[in-house]
Amino acid sequence: MDFSFLLTQMVSGLTLATLLFLVASGLTLIFGVGNVFNFAHGSFYMLGAYLGYQVVTVWSLNFWFALLFAALGAGVFGALIECLVLRRIYGRANEGGFQILLTYCLILIIDDLVKLVWGAEYKSISRPAGFSGSLTVGDIAIPSYNLLIIAIGLVVVVASWWILNRTRPGKIARAAAVDREMLGALGINVPLTMTVVFGIATALGGLTGALAAPLRTVTPGAGIEVIIDSMIVVVMGGMGNFWGAWLGALLLGEVNAFAVAFVPEWATLFSFLVMVVVLIFKPEGLFAPRTTRKV
Amino acid sequence: MGISDMKSLCNGNTLGWGALILAFALVPALMTSQYQLNVACNVLIWALFATSFNMLWGVTGMLSFGQALYYGVGGYAIGLTVTYLGSQWYFAAFAAGLLFTLVLSFLLGLLVIRVGGVYYTMLTLAFGQLAWQIMFKMYDFTGGDDGLQGITLPGLLADKVYYYYFVMILVLVAVWVLKRMAYSPFGLILRGVRQNPNRVRFLGRRVRRNQLRIYVVASLFATVAGALMAGVDGSVHTDMFFWTTSGEVILMSVLGGISHFFGPFCGAVVIILIEDIVGAHTEYWSLLIGSIIMVMVIGFPRGLVGGALDVAAKVRAILQGEKHDDTTLTAGLGK
Repeated sequence: MDFSFLLTQMVSGLTLATLLFLVASGLTLIFGVGNVFNFAHGSFYMLGAYLGYQVVTVWSLNFWFALLFAALGAGVFGALIECLVLRRIYGRANEGGFQILLTYCLILIIDDLVKLVWGAEYKSISRPAGFSGSLTVGDIAIPSYNLLIIAIGLVVVVASWWILNRTRPGKIARAAAVDREMLGALGINVPLTMTVVFGIATALGGLTGALAAPLRTVTPGAGIEVIIDSMIVVVMGGMGNFWGAWLGALLLGEVNAFAVAFVPEWATLFSFLVMVVVLIFKPEGLFAPRTTRKV
Repeated sequence: MGISDMKSLCNGNTLGWGALILAFALVPALMTSQYQLNVACNVLIWALFATSFNMLWGVTGMLSFGQALYYGVGGYAIGLTVTYLGSQWYFAAFAAGLLFTLVLSFLLGLLVIRVGGVYYTMLTLAFGQLAWQIMFKMYDFTGGDDGLQGITLPGLLADKVYYYYFVMILVLVAVWVLKRMAYSPFGLILRGVRQNPNRVRFLGRRVRRNQLRIYVVASLFATVAGALMAGVDGSVHTDMFFWTTSGEVILMSVLGGISHFFGPFCGAVVIILIEDIVGAHTEYWSLLIGSIIMVMVIGFPRGLVGGALDVAAKVRAILQGEKHDDTTLTAGLGK
């Protein structure tokens, strides 16, 4: 086993981790702030992938515009869904169950809508100009698109941290996570905050879908695959904990990348094994949640 | 004596069970095709699966996302045994499946009930998916993605109508047992575990031990449902282990109402029938089902059974309200 092989696997693991984290951070945001478990988050990811396909392959426009379009499209759709559907069940008895039920219905609906519009066949997107080759250092070749994903992921992490911790909207979002009623009493429009947070989180999902599309095929089932992995990430990190999700994604991404390299047959087992091991030794996740312990 | 006997016979409980048995017993007589019998079998089996699942969630407050594991064990116990050993081993396979679930759910239960809330849910999901992966990959033994076809049943059970009655009797007896359990002292402790585990501890009862018990019991009944399902189409499929199977019983339970014992049962009936009717008419059935269920969820906050009871209570209140007004009026006049 040589060094270049290890490095290549590590980079591919890091790419996977970045994509996972981008989806999981949206899931974490919705859970942390709104206390909603958005089971349909993967569907917004899939929607983003299809919107990206529409822009790049059908309209043959710029890839960067596709990213923007996918994020905006998924975000607006997510905000609409929160406003029209999810808002109606807040505060109901057994709310958690109804959340799962409603967002499960959303999976069914979005999956079929996508099939209706784009058909059930596999779609693909080519990589953007300038990122189709790979970067070679000595005898190590790393696909430059992977590096792009990692870079974008880093930008999103830093930007989210900055918004959440250093700006007024971020402060409002964190306050909503702690005490919604008090926030309302202070004159903040809480329902609007929820809608905006949901919109931003689903926009992150859409962006990730478009970003991942050149690496994977675009299929109607893509949402389901990604939601399970991101749920694992979120739970391993401790529900609603941003940095926990990051660490969880990193762990899962690297484990997956090396499992694919060494035991490709059983690679998919490993994500679950990792979670089982983590939860047995740290039942509350890697970082115990601070604000949302009531689950 | 006679009157009280009549009363106990005519109370809602007995009447309800009578109506239930009659309704399902008449299906083979009223059906117009073999297909409808299949649908009725599906309804019964899913109803049992959902009811057993709700013993965990609605009663004890443990939202498991991995009951498909035990459902699949039931299905594959029958499927593998009949395929490799022949249909004369059917009942032995049934027992073996139950035994396997007993051991497996006890061991996994020890592990998963250590963690609570969402973590319990995710851990059950993880074990379910692990089982699915293993069944999926062991192609030579389990048929992998193709599943196992051509499972034949022994003797009279090979006849569809007899098999339907076999399913019906087993399901109704199982549901009756679960109902007795839900309202027994054990069931009360389980409710206590959901509402306030600390009070249960103060009463000198062990929370984890009772959680483990109901986890094993619910898993055993899920295995019964899975084993029965293997005979309906004569085939089993790895989808039985997939997380969407666990998801489906959650849908049924929420739709029917998890705080009522028969909620999941009704939810299962409604969902299977909707799936059947919608599936026959359009390719985009999941879009329609999703929309229909979404409207139901928004319209019935307490589930279908809860909603129906609310309506019934309102009607009764209106009727009794009038009567009540009359009596106060006459009483006032009498004074």
